[in-house]
Amino acid sequence: MKAGIVTYGAYVPSFRIAAEEIADTWGENGPAISRGLNVKAKSVPAPDEDSITISVEASRNALRRRAIDASRIGSVFVGSESPPYAVKPSATVLAAAIGATPDMTAADLEFACKAGTAGMQAALGMVEAGMVDYGLVVGADTSQGRPGDPLEYTASAGGAAYILGADDPIATFNDIYSYTTDTPDFWRRDLQPYPSHGGRFTGSPAYFKHITATTTTVMERMGTSPEDYKYAIFHQPNGKFPLRIGKKLGFSPEQVETGLLVPFIGNTYSGSMMLGLTAVLDAASPGDRILAVSYGSGAGSDAFDITVTDSIEKMSEAPTTMQQVEGGRMISYGVYAKFRRKIRM
Amino acid sequence: MGVARFWRENRTRYNLIGNRCPTCEKAFFPPRELCPTCHRQSIGKMVEIQFSGKGKIYSYSDVHDAPTDFSDQRPYIMAIVELDEGPRITAQIVDAIDGVEIGMPVEMVFRKIREESPEGIIHYGYKFKPAL
Repeated sequence: MKAGIVTYGAYVPSFRIAAEEIADTWGENGPAISRGLNVKAKSVPAPDEDSITISVEASRNALRRRAIDASRIGSVFVGSESPPYAVKPSATVLAAAIGATPDMTAADLEFACKAGTAGMQAALGMVEAGMVDYGLVVGADTSQGRPGDPLEYTASAGGAAYILGADDPIATFNDIYSYTTDTPDFWRRDLQPYPSHGGRFTGSPAYFKHITATTTTVMERMGTSPEDYKYAIFHQPNGKFPLRIGKKLGFSPEQVETGLLVPFIGNTYSGSMMLGLTAVLDAASPGDRILAVSYGSGAGSDAFDITVTDSIEKMSEAPTTMQQVEGGRMISYGVYAKFRRKIRM
Repeated sequence: MGVARFWRENRTRYNLIGNRCPTCEKAFFPPRELCPTCHRQSIGKMVEIQFSGKGKIYSYSDVHDAPTDFSDQRPYIMAIVELDEGPRITAQIVDAIDGVEIGMPVEMVFRKIREESPEGIIHYGYKFKPAL
C-alpha cells in the first residue's frame, strides 16, 4: 500500500504581539505596515517554550488524533532553524517525550523554512523502502528577528508534526517535486543571534522563482490545472506573497485562504507550510486534492500533490489548528522583548 | 547540579510515568520502590503506569517573589494538581490567561523547566495548563 500521512498535529504558542505594537515602538506607520504585509499579529513563545517543546506538543497532538504505537516510529526528524542546542539533537528529546526511543534513528535538519518538508521526503522514502513502519517529522521554530528589522513583524513561533506510514493513511502523495539552487537570499552565520537577508532579493529570484518552478512542474507531470485542487498552501513569509504567487499561478484566494495563517500568527518558518497544511487537513473531506508547497531560503522549494482518503473521517479529536490560532493573549513590546531575551540582563 | 541526576528521571518527568500498587491499587508519582501502605506485599510487584496527564487544581499559589531563574515569568502560578488517577503533584500552571481556581480541570504540557546557564543543559518536563 502507498505511504502517506497517517496523522498530524499542530502547536501554536498562546502569546501574540500586534504588528502595530511593533511599529509604534520603532516609530513606523503601523496600519500601513500591517496592511502591506497582511499581518495583524504574530505568535510569541513563552519564556519556557522553544522549538523542542513546540515539537513535542505538535507530536502529542498528532498522537491524540490517532493513537498509533509510538514504539513503532522508526525515524524522528526535526526541521528547525532555531534549535535550542547548537550541538545535541532536538529529535532525541522529542523521541523520548513521546515514547519512541530507543529502537529508531533520529536527526535534526536545517534548510531555512523548508527543513521540515525535506524531512517529510526523507521519512517517506524510508517508509516506502520498508526501513521503518512510521516516520515522525516535525517543522518547528521560534524564529529570530533583529529588533527594528522588517523581519521582526513576522518572525514567530509554532510547529506541525506529521507521522508518515503505509498503514491506513489519511492522505496520500500523488507526486513530490523539489527545485533547489544556491541563492543567498537569507542566512544566519554561526553564533549570530539574528539572521540577515537580501531585502527585496528575497522576492523574485528566491521565493517566486522556486515556488513557480515546483508548482508548475508538479501540475505538468500530473496533468492537472489549478481548478483540480480544492486547497493550495504556499510558504507564508508574510500574508502577501502566498496570495500573489497563487494568483500568478492561477489559484483563487479561496483555494489559498484556508491554509493561510500568517495574518494571525506570523511566519512560523519551518512550521509555515506544514502548519498551513494542518489547518487544511482539519477542514478537508475525503477525495479533496491539495497542493502544498514549501520554500526555504538558500534556496529550495518542495511541492506535494496530496489526495485526502476516507480514513480522515476516522480520526479522534485533537486541538485544531484554528482553535490555537484564534485567541491568544496580546502582549506589549516590552514583555515581548523580555520573553525573547532582547533585553541584556 | 550534575547532568546525570536529571537525566535519570527524564523518562518519567517527560511523560508523567509513575506506578501503581497491585494490592491496594494506589497510584504514585514519582514512581516508588514499594507501596507505603502495603509494604512488603508490594515488593517487586509495583506496576508502571503512564498517567493521562489530566487532573484538576487541588490548591495553588500566585508567585510574585520569584527565584532569579523564574523572574522572567513573574507572576506565575504554582499548584498542587490532583491527577485523575489519584496522585497529587506540584507543578507550574501556564497559559492561564484568566487565572485559575480550585477544582479547575488542567492538562499536562511539555515545557522548559530550567536552564542551568547559557552554556548548560536545558531541563524539560511537565507543567499544566487549563484544559481546552
